[in-house]
Amino acid sequence: MKRLILVSVVLLLLLSALAGCARKKEQATPLPAGALPADAMAIAQERGLTPDDIAAALKTYMPSGKWDEYYLFSSGGHSGNLIVIGVPSMRILKNIAVFTPEAWQGYGYGDKATEEILDAGNVGDVKIRMGDSHHPALSETNGDYDGQWVFINDKANARVAVIDLRDFRTKQIVKDPNIISNHGSTFVTPNTEYVIQGTQYATPLGWDYAPLSEYKEKYRGVITLWKFDREKGRIVPEESFSIEVPPYWQDLCDAGKLASDGWAFCNSFNTELFTGGNMQGNPQFESGVSQRDMDYLHIFNWRKAAEVVAAGKYEVINGMRVIRLPTAAAEGILFFAPEPKSPHGVDVTPDGQYVVVSGKLDPHVTVYSMAKIEKAIADRNWTLDDYGVPVLNYDAVMHVQVELGLGPLHTQFDGQGYAYTSLFLDSAIARWKLGGDDPAAWTLVEKTPVHYNVGHIAAAEGDTVNPDGKYLVALNKWAVDRFLPVGPLLPQNLQLLDISGSPVKLIYDMPMGIGEPHYAQMIKADKLKPLNVYPQVGWDAIEWKPSPYATKKGEERIERNGNHVTIYSTSIRSHITPDRVELKKGDHVTWHITNVETAHDAVHGFQLGGQNISLSIEPGATVTFEFVASQDGTYAYYCTEFCSALHLEMMGYMLVEP
Amino acid sequence: MANIEKLIGPRVPPEELRAHRGRYLIPTALFLLAALLLLISVFLPYWQMTLYAPQYPKGLTVQAYLNHLEGDVSEIDGLNHYIGMRPLNEAATFEKSISIIGVAVLALLVLAAVFVHNRWAALLALPALLFPVIFLADLQYWLANFGQNLDPTAPLSSSVKPFVPKVLGVGVVAQFKTIARPGPGLWLAIAASALVLVGLYFHRRAYKPLVDAQKG
Repeated sequence: MKRLILVSVVLLLLLSALAGCARKKEQATPLPAGALPADAMAIAQERGLTPDDIAAALKTYMPSGKWDEYYLFSSGGHSGNLIVIGVPSMRILKNIAVFTPEAWQGYGYGDKATEEILDAGNVGDVKIRMGDSHHPALSETNGDYDGQWVFINDKANARVAVIDLRDFRTKQIVKDPNIISNHGSTFVTPNTEYVIQGTQYATPLGWDYAPLSEYKEKYRGVITLWKFDREKGRIVPEESFSIEVPPYWQDLCDAGKLASDGWAFCNSFNTELFTGGNMQGNPQFESGVSQRDMDYLHIFNWRKAAEVVAAGKYEVINGMRVIRLPTAAAEGILFFAPEPKSPHGVDVTPDGQYVVVSGKLDPHVTVYSMAKIEKAIADRNWTLDDYGVPVLNYDAVMHVQVELGLGPLHTQFDGQGYAYTSLFLDSAIARWKLGGDDPAAWTLVEKTPVHYNVGHIAAAEGDTVNPDGKYLVALNKWAVDRFLPVGPLLPQNLQLLDISGSPVKLIYDMPMGIGEPHYAQMIKADKLKPLNVYPQVGWDAIEWKPSPYATKKGEERIERNGNHVTIYSTSIRSHITPDRVELKKGDHVTWHITNVETAHDAVHGFQLGGQNISLSIEPGATVTFEFVASQDGTYAYYCTEFCSALHLEMMGYMLVEP
Repeated sequence: MANIEKLIGPRVPPEELRAHRGRYLIPTALFLLAALLLLISVFLPYWQMTLYAPQYPKGLTVQAYLNHLEGDVSEIDGLNHYIGMRPLNEAATFEKSISIIGVAVLALLVLAAVFVHNRWAALLALPALLFPVIFLADLQYWLANFGQNLDPTAPLSSSVKPFVPKVLGVGVVAQFKTIARPGPGLWLAIAASALVLVGLYFHRRAYKPLVDAQKG
């Protein structure tokens, strides 16, 4: 028996030793303690780097193969896209096509699903293929980013897009039928129940024609609450609604959270009701809308508004349910609070107790207390404006004003009780202390110069209930002398600031040469779970289900029915099947292509010269395009992604017989 | 009775069994364990090959179970088409179809050896004893068969000539470094083989005296 045990033990040891041999871990050589290596010091001296420069370089350099800690989702401005950037390295990861066609992603160049997404944003009969993307909003759960979806607005056409963070693709565009511009968007409610959208330039309600002489009577803004169905991953227009507001030119908004949950806030800057006319002897808009000392902070109860809509107290205008202004006022949905004239950003503190309004033309931020707002409402401490909306007593709701500097625009927060406000005219970021109940405790701490004309700022998760601090990106409008010259149209300058310690330190300049970012949001990278390949071969990436046109290898075919030709194709390294397509002039062609690859990064592109077709067929995806073979001739189609050593051979001939 | 005992060896007298229970229990236990390990091995991969190339930092792995392949089979097939190799699933179709029943039979034969108390027990246990070698030899045959029969019209036929992949160890094909190693299933089969060997030793020590006594 003893011998048996001995034999078993020897056997087991042998097995485990063999198993142990199978894998050895690679180990990186750690840096020796002490000063920088001599060659690093030599480089620093040769380049004239200061100790701060060296620290900044070490904080932002990302060795090959290492991943950034945060994603920054930055609007692409009037390029109409959404730019994804890694922080702290500030490397561009992707330029997601949203409102504008983009050939690399096969967005809006034939791919039927993407054409349908873009067409949903058309205005009447006009095919809209541009946009002015402004404010991305990551989806939230309990007031924290959850990394599932991101929304962004198009100010120029009053549209909102839904982008899926599983595959970083635009899945939907919705158009508000009653307005033509929407600057105050997008902002999500704490559980992404709604995506908030506010009008910028007022137009006649229902987006009709009315002369500017009827501005006060007929022109209106709306605050639209787009209902988001997280399961479907879509905004549901039928479950969305708008609240009619006076034509005050609503500006930025923010949703309340925690202490202010259920509320939302929007600024306004034209309570003057000015309508221009600089050729008719009137002042310019810029001075015409800046005459009154006060504009109105819009305070609205979206939860109560949803109840009022559910109770049927709305009118349907152009298919959208609209709570009319008298109803909004009577039902306690809408209140105003005076704010120093023509402010810009409105931002709710992480605890939801305070609302920070940035002065723009006033060197202060004006802080309102949610508790005081609720008390003023309960006390009916208000007067009515010309439209019958209660205007709360300014002194009753204003908590404190903090003087920060010239041109305060936008505010973000960190986890240490600091707020950060961009100062456009000063070209600086102000760090200031959130003081709580005692107004005297709200103080400016320091100002950090940035280059130049800073607009929005984005701190790490800096508008959530739980900001990370650590990094802040200043989205500067002007770069002037910061980069190599590239002609009169300059890149924007995105500057990374380290806000983890004191003082705040500028650590990186990133030229943004593919759009003019407005707002950006920064999310911890580990909250996102993007796919490498689609869940199965033959996937409809937009509908997120197997495609009815999925084609397996070996089942490729061309079906002709009269002059309708349907082609079922596959792509795999390194061939497209079929590689010969013979058509007759006038044929209507529907062409489905499935990328049957399952390997990470094995993307196949597809361009058909002479037909304006450009597709991106990602591993597992099935893509459809249609065209009429209106010109006879000989065409070549080929894979546009350099997929393999035999990529050039991955082509086919399409012959169109006269 | 005598004829049967001639075939399956002598039975252990009850008083002898009571006196030296351990002596007879050891080979029985070892054979039982060997049969069990063989049965478990059916559910585990017997062999795996990992292919490393710069553009596949995590490598591509194919795992061979007795009756099927798992892992990056379609990707490896996709790459293999460049050198004209047939799809991996076309290999060893007959072996795969009988493998599960085959291993069950091996295990049953080992169990049968528990009841056979003469040298025929060794014959019953022999297939299980040799099974790991049989598996590897068959696999090497198929690897050679696939590596040698490349489509001469394949795109890379000029740069990748027919070759014989090694059933175990490191190889190189084009930009790929390949590492072939046994899987846990094969390790279990090897362990079963070792147990059978040790079991046969104890079996002989236990029953030889009885067989000799019977002859005497």
